[in-house]
Amino acid sequence: MSSNLATAGEQPAYNYDIVRKFAVMTVVWGVVGMTVGVLIASQLAWPQLNDIMQPFSHFGRLRPLHTNAVIFAFGGCALFATSYYVVQRTCQATLFGGFLVPFTFWGWQLVILLAAITLPLGMTSSKEYAELEWPIDILITLVWVSYGIVFFGTIIKRKTSHIYVANWFFGAFILTVAILHVVNSAAIPVTLTKSYSAYAGAMDAMIQWWYGHNAVGFFLTAGFLGIMYYFVPKQAERPVYSYRLSIIHFWALISLYIWAGPHHLHYTALPDWTQGVGMVMSLILLAPSWGGMINGIMTLSGAWHKLRTDPTLRFLVVSLSFYGMSTFEGPMMSIKTVNALSHYTDWTVGHVHSGALGWVAMVSIGALYHLIPALLGRKEMWSVKLVNLHFWMATIGTVLYIASMWVNGIMQGLMWRAFNADGTLTYSFVESVEASYPGHYVRVLGGAIFLGGMLFMAYNTYRTFQAESDNAAAAQPQSA
Amino acid sequence: MLTTFWSWWVILLTLTNLVLICWVLFANKKVAVSDDDDPENETTGHEYDGIQEYDNPLPKWWFQMFVITLVFGAIYFVMYPALGNWKGVLGWTSVGQWEAEMEKANVKYSETFGQYKDMKIEDIAADPKAMKIGTRLFANNCAVCHGADGGGNVGFPNLTDKDWLYGGTPAEIEMSITHGRNGAMPPWGDVIGEDGVVAVAEYVLKMSGQEHDAAKLEKGMQVYNTTCVACHGPDGTGNKMLGAPNLTDSIWLYEGTGEGIRHSVRAGRANVMPAQADKLREDKIRMLTAYVYSLSQD
Repeated sequence: MSSNLATAGEQPAYNYDIVRKFAVMTVVWGVVGMTVGVLIASQLAWPQLNDIMQPFSHFGRLRPLHTNAVIFAFGGCALFATSYYVVQRTCQATLFGGFLVPFTFWGWQLVILLAAITLPLGMTSSKEYAELEWPIDILITLVWVSYGIVFFGTIIKRKTSHIYVANWFFGAFILTVAILHVVNSAAIPVTLTKSYSAYAGAMDAMIQWWYGHNAVGFFLTAGFLGIMYYFVPKQAERPVYSYRLSIIHFWALISLYIWAGPHHLHYTALPDWTQGVGMVMSLILLAPSWGGMINGIMTLSGAWHKLRTDPTLRFLVVSLSFYGMSTFEGPMMSIKTVNALSHYTDWTVGHVHSGALGWVAMVSIGALYHLIPALLGRKEMWSVKLVNLHFWMATIGTVLYIASMWVNGIMQGLMWRAFNADGTLTYSFVESVEASYPGHYVRVLGGAIFLGGMLFMAYNTYRTFQAESDNAAAAQPQSA
Repeated sequence: MLTTFWSWWVILLTLTNLVLICWVLFANKKVAVSDDDDPENETTGHEYDGIQEYDNPLPKWWFQMFVITLVFGAIYFVMYPALGNWKGVLGWTSVGQWEAEMEKANVKYSETFGQYKDMKIEDIAADPKAMKIGTRLFANNCAVCHGADGGGNVGFPNLTDKDWLYGGTPAEIEMSITHGRNGAMPPWGDVIGEDGVVAVAEYVLKMSGQEHDAAKLEKGMQVYNTTCVACHGPDGTGNKMLGAPNLTDSIWLYEGTGEGIRHSVRAGRANVMPAQADKLREDKIRMLTAYVYSLSQD
């Protein structure tokens, strides 16, 4: 097996500077986004925390800040870093696009900064996961088109005969997110900070959830499957399990996800046929989703023993287990009768986080623990013990989070539908809120443990960079 | 309903997608004979940055699971509405499901309520079992505004005292619940000017027996007798036909301080009790009437 390191010789000089920038910002935004997450989870457990600095600190304003920070800042930077790294190495070509490459970095950071300012100020389009107002949406479009030019330009100038499967997924993710963003964000501006959606009524809701579910399907799934397809075989030093499986699950996954949005609108004003087709397509998604999990986990066959000693590999494999779990849960929750119980409860929140913490965050963290040393020409992180500690904190934090939300969600669903013998509701809404407190406390605990792990990661990353610059300084006199 | 063109557009798009997926699945079908097949076979010959690819057959259970979900989808498409304007063999609709559930509930619960149909409101109010039902109905439908104990809130009347804006007889309460009420205090600020607002507020303070500025009473009375008297009456005891509150007692729907009264006079107040006729059936409204009536009986 070839080394992780970028060695001189036949390989072209890859652009690692941009990868390094995005990798560091992934850690930074991970800490920031998850801190806001723990804060808003605490606000649900202790409502007086809303009053820290009203109205800016109110849950309603911080919640979109949390989702934007973890999805687009943390997840987005992880995708930029890994896709720029992977596309160069698997195509044996440096990044195409010249000045567009740094523009994607600075442009994306500006988007995040503007989000962090405008959302607490209450400027919002009120579309979930697409809250940013129109001027920021235009900036996102510019960055994203540049990203596409850089990525596909690099693919075109590749020196390998085929395109590696990781790049199929990165490519599908970049292309589809561009379409989703442009269509869903279409709006009529009123002022610089206010606009109205170009769509109305049920159609607006449908387009919003066509976008919303594919933000999950393409941003948080296809993109991260691209990460998986490079870093799992690389870290395990094993060939990918099955090429034909990757062909089937790729095409099935990307074509089916597009239909799944209506399951967010079961039993609403959406026409019955739209809800029906959304449910059917969501169910058929189960097998294609698991195809990715199988291909990742089975890649380890013959290398299972490495899990004992390599916490980075453990991150990657456990992330696939959570991926398999939440992609089983998702199709089940899309069944109308199950959805009638789970919808609007904490179960949905738990489902999202088994994907977001268990899959997206853990696969990103695993990839970064491979990537950061590789970028610095090191064998491993400054402290592998801290990586191991981080692994356990992340796993325990995730399990606490999702288990408490399952309990809460099912309890809320059952309380809301309980009737007395006279046809009145057994519980008022506030009684279900009161009953949810224990679960909300456990969620804060789980989230705080997960965040604690991220802080160790930040420290470990800092020390790894520090150790490398110390090495460089020590080497200086000799080379002079 | 979609037009014929769009209906067929949706049907073709849906089915084409699924047919293509079946084609990709079966074209690449090389299912393992058993799930324990040794994965060590040929690689594809591609290599990317040191990564090679096996071309292992599909796990049998996975292939079967995929086929089962596709078959389920096909059956669902036939039975239920999920393809354009196709209504499905079962004729199921979400509205139909809701109506059937409501029908079932009506039959089931009309027995519970039926026994109170011919009783007087006063008698229902004295029936402990009925009042238990009333408590729950109140918690489900009224407590959001009037409070769980019926004690009210600023702008939402207290239902437990003997003071009534629109009258407290069973018939009047039933009227309020069934058809709702609209209380409108017009804004007087522009009409009587700030001087008038201040003066009349002092006069109202005096009527309700609170501390006031005696120097402003004369002007206050003048303003009262030209602008307020029509609704609140010459003696300030209000008018239940209009829902105009009694100003002479210590019960206030909004704040009864000088500042609160000045605000009410200056900017007006708009109060809405929503009509329940379309939301609750008649037997539930009777039950609620009895419950609300019981709240102010000792």
